[in-house]
Amino acid sequence: MRNISVIFLKQVKDTLKNKAVLIQFVMFPLMTVIMENTVKIDNMPEKFFVKLFAVMFVGMAPLTCVSAIISEEKEKNTLRALMMCNVKPFEYLCGIGGYVWLMCMVSTAVFAICGRFSGNDLAVFLLVMAGGVILSELIGAVIGIFSKNQMSATSIAVPVMMIFSFLPMLSMFNDKIEKIADMTYTQQLNNVISRLEDTSVTMENVIVPTVNFILAVILFVAAFKKRGME
Amino acid sequence: MKKKIEAKNICKSFGDKKVLDGITFAVEKGEICGLLGPSGAGKTTLIKILTGQLECDSGNALVNGIDSRQLTGTECRRFGIMMDNFGLYERLSCFDNLKVFAGIYGIGKNRIYEVLEAVGLADSAKKAASELSNGMSSRLRLARVLLHNPEILFLDEPTSGLDPATAEEIQGLIMTEKSKGRTIFLTTHNMTEAEKLCDNIALLNEGKIVEYGNPQEICRRYNYRKTLKIHLGNGKDMEIPHDEKSAEIVANLLKSNSVETIHTSEPTLEAVFMELTGKELAK
Repeated sequence: MRNISVIFLKQVKDTLKNKAVLIQFVMFPLMTVIMENTVKIDNMPEKFFVKLFAVMFVGMAPLTCVSAIISEEKEKNTLRALMMCNVKPFEYLCGIGGYVWLMCMVSTAVFAICGRFSGNDLAVFLLVMAGGVILSELIGAVIGIFSKNQMSATSIAVPVMMIFSFLPMLSMFNDKIEKIADMTYTQQLNNVISRLEDTSVTMENVIVPTVNFILAVILFVAAFKKRGME
Repeated sequence: MKKKIEAKNICKSFGDKKVLDGITFAVEKGEICGLLGPSGAGKTTLIKILTGQLECDSGNALVNGIDSRQLTGTECRRFGIMMDNFGLYERLSCFDNLKVFAGIYGIGKNRIYEVLEAVGLADSAKKAASELSNGMSSRLRLARVLLHNPEILFLDEPTSGLDPATAEEIQGLIMTEKSKGRTIFLTTHNMTEAEKLCDNIALLNEGKIVEYGNPQEICRRYNYRKTLKIHLGNGKDMEIPHDEKSAEIVANLLKSNSVETIHTSEPTLEAVFMELTGKELAK
């Protein structure tokens, strides 16, 4: 537990000086606050920007942050120095994963305040966001572990992140894209959040993210077995 | 004296390439042992095997009497490793860099200040690691290794790429650690450094130890010419046999105050290495 808290605190200090990572936590909540309070279009769904940006945030921020943090540590061999001090891979991943999750939940709180969610809506919103962040972090960890350096991590993370964060938005305009997007957890997350007031969670909303999660775990185990934390 | 590090017939190959071939040596408590060899000789591979970062194909590597493949976390904490490529957290200050590892080892803040003071970085404690010079970065990496008072230090090219003055500072720090009774295993391709620091050296070439022993003894062993080189005050040089017959000549020259410098002819480690392998150490 001590090692996890040391890694967590290290990441807190490091991220405060790492603008590339820090901006990920701030960009979408800030854009949401600005857009929700300035853009008013007739027939625009209620809390449109909150719901849209929250889903994009889940598909983007945790994934890119975790992959960037792991790949940087690998590139600079600080991760190896930690491992040689008997920090276990599990402890390291919990430390940075816990930090990114907490920061993302702070950003989620901004979305929730901006959307004025309360009661059951708030609980469902926080729950699906928390789950989505964990899944994105897992995918980010797969990319970080698989990549040798930051450049290769970015080249993989950007297209993956674009698929998960932009498909839900694009599916609004095209039925074929929607059919593909339905297989992703971010689309299901989008479906739940956009019908938040109805509180109608379907089996599909649960099964697709679960299958996505299982696939991510399989990929994570495969990447870890192949590359380890080196 | 107790053996702290032992290599017994270690072999390691990467694909078809044999990197280490039957490496055997031992390092006793309080000793500095240097592994000398050109780049690609297998120095870093050996240090990785000794520290459990890499498994050897055959043979045994023992640290504190324990097979390096079976080192537990508690055992690992009894040694410190300074690898050439182990980086620093560049956005964090020197103090915060050490604080991360102090937290892992369960060490208090006072020890961080002590170590920073010891390596001469006390005034730069709040400076970001990215703002440090090469020499200061090396000193910070050394501080990280010394933080938990390890019994054994593994130093991979500790002065590589440093200017002579900074290299000398690092060498001074290594000698200070030796005086505290620590066992030190270092790799280098700097023969002057090896002669200065090491009690024993192993010359590594193409995965094999081609010579082992005290640096001065090795040089004496290869002194086939056994001559005295004398530079006279009049600018002339003379070379005479290093035997009793020359005693009178040397005495006369000294009496007439005509000797500028006088040297024995034992070769340098570089020359010994050249003779054994036909290669230069620095390459």
